[in-house]
Amino acid sequence: MIFTELALHLFGAVMIFAAAMVVTIRNPVKAALFLVLAFFSAACVWVTLEAEFLAIVLVLVYVGAVMVLFLFVVMMLDINLARLREGFGDYLPIGGLVAVLLVVEMAVVLHAPEFGVDNMPRPEPHGADYSNTRELGRLIYGAYVYPFEIAAIILLVAIVAAISLTLRRRPDTKYQNPAKQVAIRREDRVRLVKMPSAPRPDADRETPT
Amino acid sequence: MGETLVSLWNLVPGWMQIGIYSLIKITIIVAPLMLAVAYLTWLERKVIGAIQIRIGPNRVGGGWGLGQPIADALKLLFKEIIIPSNANRFLFIIAPVLSITPALAAWAVVPFTDSLVLANIDASLLYILALTSMGVYGVIIAGWASNSKYAFIGAMRSAAQIVAYEIAMGFALVGVLMVAGSLNLREIVLHQQGGFWQWYFLPLLPLFVVYFVSGVAETNRAPFDVAEGESEIVAGFHVEYSGMTFAIFFLAEYANMILIAALTVLMFLGGWLSPFPFAPFTWIPPLFWFLGKTVFVLLFFLWFRATFPRYRYDQIMRLGWKVFIPVTLVWITVIGVARFFTPFGSFFT
Repeated sequence: MIFTELALHLFGAVMIFAAAMVVTIRNPVKAALFLVLAFFSAACVWVTLEAEFLAIVLVLVYVGAVMVLFLFVVMMLDINLARLREGFGDYLPIGGLVAVLLVVEMAVVLHAPEFGVDNMPRPEPHGADYSNTRELGRLIYGAYVYPFEIAAIILLVAIVAAISLTLRRRPDTKYQNPAKQVAIRREDRVRLVKMPSAPRPDADRETPT
Repeated sequence: MGETLVSLWNLVPGWMQIGIYSLIKITIIVAPLMLAVAYLTWLERKVIGAIQIRIGPNRVGGGWGLGQPIADALKLLFKEIIIPSNANRFLFIIAPVLSITPALAAWAVVPFTDSLVLANIDASLLYILALTSMGVYGVIIAGWASNSKYAFIGAMRSAAQIVAYEIAMGFALVGVLMVAGSLNLREIVLHQQGGFWQWYFLPLLPLFVVYFVSGVAETNRAPFDVAEGESEIVAGFHVEYSGMTFAIFFLAEYANMILIAALTVLMFLGGWLSPFPFAPFTWIPPLFWFLGKTVFVLLFFLWFRATFPRYRYDQIMRLGWKVFIPVTLVWITVIGVARFFTPFGSFFT
């Protein structure tokens, strides 16, 4: 028990450190990498809270796919680091105000009696054979199947909308048609020409005597 | 002597005992794995040599060249690690570590036999998928931290390729878990009991092919090795790496190859089960079947490399997005419809 608590605090500390580095470090690539670390520590925290399925999905989706694309973009940006520091003082009061507001809001919510130990007791720890993947599947595809399907359709519509908004047809773009490339035969490309062979004028000199 | 050892052991606190046990188990898995990686390079040279009518390694350690991998490892150990000027020193060093860690950590949930598994966790299939998707960071960071154009191009190609093929791979695994009804690798194998005609490669044939080819692409092996592309970008993401840092990338690639082969065996070829469920075949220990099948699948990796020329980059993207993903989606639908609306449902269980 003491070990899992130690692990929880360790992962939490790493997560807070990484999150702080994301917003303070100057190099955007390093900031993105710290964000990866923050996601990963969050997944570790969830594992200690018996939410293995969500933890693995967090790693799979955010660390494995979203952040890779994010890094992909950030690495290709040509950013002038000196210009990034300009105006830091101007934005500091506003940023600080937003941060303080967020902390106060969270404190108010978490200290409310509705979230106290009396109303929300610590859940009973489950045995080793408890499968929270199966439980989650039962809830999503059983009790909440219609909200889940509606959410899926909304996401699909959003994807189609996003793609159609960014899709620009450029008539001058050249591209290959792989089907045509595969279907090509030798006769389409090579033409063998038969020429009548005439004896060269100096042919008789080369014949061995 | 024995009693004092036992009493000493009892003095160790409980959680530390678990830790020591786990460390021993991890060593038992990783040490043979490293040896297997070393001898896979030897096998690769021998097999490709045979395909190309050459001899392959034949000097170090006898006529079979069995000492060659050891000699190579020693050579790489003693070479200098050169860090390019203006490279990001920390990220440059940590990139190979990031690429080998997931390759080794994924082995924690691989069941070698019915009982021989380090961690028999419930969502082991998802765990493997999550960890293999982490491997791309080693490549991207290596390419960026090297401060080299070629390395960066290699990293970009690799990132796009791995993201594309991971989706097809994930969908192929969805088919497996639909048929098996479990995310646990051990249970997936146990569902395939009763001879090779019960293994999942038959009902899931399209997914089997997609998974294996995606696996070849995920490990950046030929014919999908545009991330290295010697003829265009020298050696891709690890062009600036030398000595042990290069060796770690090499180890990671081969460890991933063995992992993909082992997963293919577990999910589609019946894991440790013998192909015929009757007498002379069931006498052979299950571990032998598992290792034998893994080596069989690994031979395909080597055969591909000797046979196919490297794909063009747009062809790789087209294959991943426009062929594999639709194929997996269609087959998942086929499985679902067949199981619930047609009399052929028992074929897909």
